[in-house]
Amino acid sequence: MSDIKMVEAPEGVNGEGFFATSLNTVIGMARANSLWPLPFATSCCGIEFMATMGANYDLARFGSERMSFSPRQADILMVMGTIAKKMGPIIKNVYEQMAEPRWVIAVGACASSGGIFDSYSVLQGIDKIIPVDVYVPGCPPRPEQIIDGVMRIQDLVRAESLRRRNQPEYKQLLASYGIE
Amino acid sequence: MELTNEIVLKRLQDKFPDAIEGHNMAYDFMNVEFKAEMISEVLGFLKNDPELNFMYLTDLCGVHMPAQTGKEIGVVYHLHNLEENYRFRLKAWVPESNPEIASATPFWLAANWMERETYDFYGVRFIGHPNLKRILNVDHMEIFPMLKQYPLEDTTREDKEDRFFGR
Repeated sequence: MSDIKMVEAPEGVNGEGFFATSLNTVIGMARANSLWPLPFATSCCGIEFMATMGANYDLARFGSERMSFSPRQADILMVMGTIAKKMGPIIKNVYEQMAEPRWVIAVGACASSGGIFDSYSVLQGIDKIIPVDVYVPGCPPRPEQIIDGVMRIQDLVRAESLRRRNQPEYKQLLASYGIE
Repeated sequence: MELTNEIVLKRLQDKFPDAIEGHNMAYDFMNVEFKAEMISEVLGFLKNDPELNFMYLTDLCGVHMPAQTGKEIGVVYHLHNLEENYRFRLKAWVPESNPEIASATPFWLAANWMERETYDFYGVRFIGHPNLKRILNVDHMEIFPMLKQYPLEDTTREDKEDRFFGR
């Protein structure tokens, strides 16, 4: 027997020749284990992310081996590094091009809060322009922390409603950022 | 002929007796200050004179000295004669109320980028520049951020309040 750990079956009704569960659970499980990240790496956190993708840490174990450099096919926007104010509209543009469902993870102090760059030219956290689901602390964070951040996103994906985009609070959140 | 500080200074004093406001040595590097309204003639002479022949503009930048009334903003030029490997620095001061100076783009195309940067950060208007607009900062910025009256820190930062640190 191989020692590869598979995802366990969700709760449901099991009988002879059939298995019944809710669609939400199955789709959430499938989505959580095939998240395609869009790496938006601007500085040293991006280097840590390269290590995260490498063989030692291997983010592919969580179903995220496929980097999507096109926003249209991406599920998670991973913002890693300092975002200058001039880059703000570009990152918002990338976010708007992503199809629902989409999640955002802010990796490191700079993406989360501006970090040490308390300066007129640096955006003080990407949550000033787009909604963020998970913040990863650290300057830069270790690959283990980035993996933990992706696993917290997986928790969200599993637990969320299938059509998050239709929820009034989600619409309200996007409207507060001026995103249609 | 090898260029020295004395030769260059003598040539400039003979050619522009009224334009030189002073000269000094800083870290073994000569610094000559010119009147801002004469800068175009001086730069053209330095570039085109066959003996001086400063064919390379190493750097052009600004400096803000709020204490020097009437001469608050400086424009600094670093020139290089590559054949003689001789470097030269000159400065011109303009008032903060009307920071205008002639562009160096007719002599060195490299000045295009550097003058846009100096305008972006210090608000110096280079007369004759082909496309004087912001280059590094966001287009809608309303201040010239390297002027000392503006804070370096971002004013929207929320996590540096004293109450978080028990102060």
